[in-house]
Amino acid sequence: MSMPVQEQDIEQTVREVLAAHGRLPVSADQISASDDLYRAGLTSHASVGLMLALEDAFDIEFPDRMLTRSVFESVSSIAAAVSELLAA
Amino acid sequence: MLPGIAEAAKVAADHAAEVDKDARFPVEAVQVLRESGALAALVPVSLGGAGAPFESVARSCFELGRHCGATAMVFAMHQIQVATLVRHHEEGDWFAGYLSRLVDSPRLIASVTSEVGTGGDMGRSIAALSQAEGGLCFEKKAPTVSYAAHADDYLTTVRRAADAEAGDQVAVLSSRDQTTLEPSGTWDPLGMRGTCSPGFTVRATVSPDQVLAAPFATIASESMVPISHIVWSHLWLGIATDAFDRARAFVKALAAQKPGEPVPAAARLSHVLSDLSLLRGEVGSALRDFVEMSEEPGRPRLSTMAAALRFNSLKLAASEQAPKVCQGALGVAGIVGFKNDTPFSVGRHLRDTMSACLMVANERIHETNAGLLLVAKEV
Repeated sequence: MSMPVQEQDIEQTVREVLAAHGRLPVSADQISASDDLYRAGLTSHASVGLMLALEDAFDIEFPDRMLTRSVFESVSSIAAAVSELLAA
Repeated sequence: MLPGIAEAAKVAADHAAEVDKDARFPVEAVQVLRESGALAALVPVSLGGAGAPFESVARSCFELGRHCGATAMVFAMHQIQVATLVRHHEEGDWFAGYLSRLVDSPRLIASVTSEVGTGGDMGRSIAALSQAEGGLCFEKKAPTVSYAAHADDYLTTVRRAADAEAGDQVAVLSSRDQTTLEPSGTWDPLGMRGTCSPGFTVRATVSPDQVLAAPFATIASESMVPISHIVWSHLWLGIATDAFDRARAFVKALAAQKPGEPVPAAARLSHVLSDLSLLRGEVGSALRDFVEMSEEPGRPRLSTMAAALRFNSLKLAASEQAPKVCQGALGVAGIVGFKNDTPFSVGRHLRDTMSACLMVANERIHETNAGLLLVAKEV
């Protein structure tokens, strides 16, 4: 099963931002798209930096309804939120 | 208000000075709370309980706070645990059975969330669950456990497993006979003396079904944190209200002594009233916001940063405003307020409300807010 090109790009950029700002104890490429980032060690402090960096990277603003733990709990949930905002 | 609270408040008032002086647990008032069914009032009708609305618990904390801050804090801490279990148990799980049993045999639940070495961050644990004969076990060094020696059960946060990250926490309920408490300190604090909250090393072995399935981070943001801030601020408002009432009684007594003459203390009392009104307004509006957010299916708004900021702000404001009101009341009553044995004494009120800024340290909440403010949109 292959993803449309744009979604692949989004996920790749999310991974790059995560690697730079997630401050995870493991390397970002060891994390699967559905792995729980909080269980992988994403702290609430680091998640704020991650959110800001994602807004910057994609030139988007996460609305308050998306600023929740569940939106930022995996690479795929973040990518889905970003796709939704880019499509809007 | 819940049934039994009026009587418990009266009993609490009768013993408040002694509970404070001796730093002893308010056994008499808590016994009334047990017998009245108030401890289990939040258990939903579907589990055989009274299904009391959360507002009535918050208002009961206010009412108890007007009579004995320590009794109110014990009641509030217990209700935080019950409300958490009610909101996060799953149909047919061990916790559903536990809540049903609470209705007929009331049990007092203590919370073991803080831990030595985490710098006051409840979102991280050092202690972890590990496999043991007969289930799962943990050992946690808690700098303070409110009324630990008087509780029947303990809700403790620990890491999910020995190899889990610090923030990967779960909440575990252990009964007294599954738990050992090794005291690690004494209890002679400035205020809230009747809560009897020294440090302990807590060890327990539980069955795996005594671990709440939901991640603690979700439990904390949707329930435990906002509920704590709401019930605490209600009881701080109760204490401040009683301090104001005492100052007002003093001013009225002064005015009665010299009918027709100006009473300068009355103007000072008006200043205290304006501080009290701000506190009352914030506490009431936070309760309404919380109830509204809780009634939405799935409670989506409660897990947003905007909600975290909302209830963190309540805690900061109430914990600063309540001692301010008490200090204002002391300024009105003067020496008779300063003395511990007059009808106008407010020393206990002032000392009790000074604990407010430490219950989750205000500076830590400001640090959290500082991060949230960078990202949140509507504040």
